Amino acid sequence: MQARSLSGRRRLYDRTLTALLYFCALLTCALLVFLIGYIFLRGLPHVTWELLSTKPSYLRDSIGILPNIVNTVYLVVLTLLFTLPLGVGAAIYLTEYAGNRRLVSVIEFATETLTGIPSIIYGLVGMLFFCEFLGLGKALLAGVLTLVIMTLPTIIRTTQESLKTVPQSYREAALGLGAGRWHMICTVVLPSSVDGIVTGCILAVGRIVGESAALLFTAGMGMSLNRFFVWTGDLAGSAAATLDSFLHSSGASLTVALYVYAKERAEFDVAFGIAAILMILTLVINLSAKLVGRRLRRA
Amino acid sequence: MMDECVSRPDPAGDGTRSARVRPGAVRVSGARLFETVMYVLFLLCGLIAVGFVCFISVYLIWSGLPAIREIGLIDFLFGKTWASTAAEPEFGILPFILTSIYGTAGAIVIGVPVGFMTAVFLAKVAPPRLAAVVRPAVDLLAGIPSVVYGLIGMMVLVPAVREWFHLPDGASLFAAIIVLAIMILPSIISVSETALKAVPREYEEASLALGATHIETVFRVSVPAASSGIAASVVLGIGRAIGEAMAIMMVAGNVANMPSLFKSVRFLTTAVASEMSYAAVGSLQRQALFSIALVLFLFIMLINVALNALLKRKTD
Repeated sequence: MQARSLSGRRRLYDRTLTALLYFCALLTCALLVFLIGYIFLRGLPHVTWELLSTKPSYLRDSIGILPNIVNTVYLVVLTLLFTLPLGVGAAIYLTEYAGNRRLVSVIEFATETLTGIPSIIYGLVGMLFFCEFLGLGKALLAGVLTLVIMTLPTIIRTTQESLKTVPQSYREAALGLGAGRWHMICTVVLPSSVDGIVTGCILAVGRIVGESAALLFTAGMGMSLNRFFVWTGDLAGSAAATLDSFLHSSGASLTVALYVYAKERAEFDVAFGIAAILMILTLVINLSAKLVGRRLRRA
Repeated sequence: MMDECVSRPDPAGDGTRSARVRPGAVRVSGARLFETVMYVLFLLCGLIAVGFVCFISVYLIWSGLPAIREIGLIDFLFGKTWASTAAEPEFGILPFILTSIYGTAGAIVIGVPVGFMTAVFLAKVAPPRLAAVVRPAVDLLAGIPSVVYGLIGMMVLVPAVREWFHLPDGASLFAAIIVLAIMILPSIISVSETALKAVPREYEEASLALGATHIETVFRVSVPAASSGIAASVVLGIGRAIGEAMAIMMVAGNVANMPSLFKSVRFLTTAVASEMSYAAVGSLQRQALFSIALVLFLFIMLINVALNALLKRKTD
């Protein structure tokens, strides 16, 4: 009804901008389709069972990425093991315990700053501190510790947001029944916000799996299969040997392996295979985060 | 629980009125102690983030200063030649600083318009079904690891650049700018979309009531109202572009040239990454690399401060 009374110039403005909007959105989608499509096209044919389950062998002149998969799993599990208590604890402090407004804003500013620091700087500081100063050498443990600092802000932020969605009435009811603050948090607040914490974990896993610059100098580029359960016949000896191997074995994660195979060894087929695996992992992680998020919002 | 102590007339239970310590009181202070312990524990957790930031800053400054002191601040920041392994080493990082600035500027020039328009599309124009398809696509773009971008850049973009522009090698500032522009798209889109969605409906309804079309309302009312959020998204994109290392390592070549669109260049990030593996421990070369990281860190801090100032202005 309005369109007919518009001047020609206004109609042109309208139509041009609408076309531009659709074009840009189409461009973004086309970009994604192209990226995923190309990776799958060139990568999936090379994702064989042999690639996934063997380690690189000079004798057979074959390449396998099992060590990298194992390293990535270790990195994810161990980083979450350290980050979850710290991050959830910090978020609990910020939402439940904090009295001093200025301290809260300082902590939140620090968390935001940590998010903005590029991963190459984390890698550098990690290398300087964990590998050299603490003498860990290029080892998975150094990579884990660096990743802990990197993923801490993610966990803090998502846990904080999910803690905030717990109704204040739950807390007041618990306190009114005589529970101490920690008891209230433990029995009432945390169970209600588990969904949000899980979402934070999934996002952190996504970040860890995709991280490369921070790991290049800390966890190194080792391609040997790292076994972290070394059984030497007795428990004490095994524990010592496990800790020792853990502290000293360098391990390339999937992303670092992709970089090495693509840039330094020109094994492009393997590189595309790894890229395809990483894409699948990204898709799975993205989907799970959305599903958990949807459950959270519905609840 | 605590109120039991107050109103008993015979506190010790032995006929006297003396107030001796009663069993209940011990349990209460035990619980209080436990609560205090938990409070301190959580306080420490909260302070850890602050601790990490201070630690990283201090460590970078401490590692980066020696080389700057030895090379001289002006020579370091504004020297045009970087020849760290030459017989007479020179450590001027102006090429890296300029490359990072030009690369980021180029990525912003390409990425912000596309990202901004896509955000407007998602927030204001798209029918809900279409938005439900485009928005997950944007989230997915955000999740792709940077090495994958680098790989595609290396295998598709660099040969294409070599073909189109008849260069000996396609790895160049141009390829890096394109890859960076694609990588910052998701950040710009998501933050701008949030800002646009937060514009009060009254503004838009008033504009429509005055006879503006939907598109005119979007671009003349909503976008200016969301301007500080959109500016924040641009600053976020700048931060991401300046800090990107892996993808650029694979597409920009690795020569310490002064930046030029089709020459192989080195960014601040790739300068740190590429020589770190073979710089001798304790050498001036290695310490100069730490100084480059310090300069990068200072850039990022400046950008963060700008971001915070913009966000604060939005909420005021």
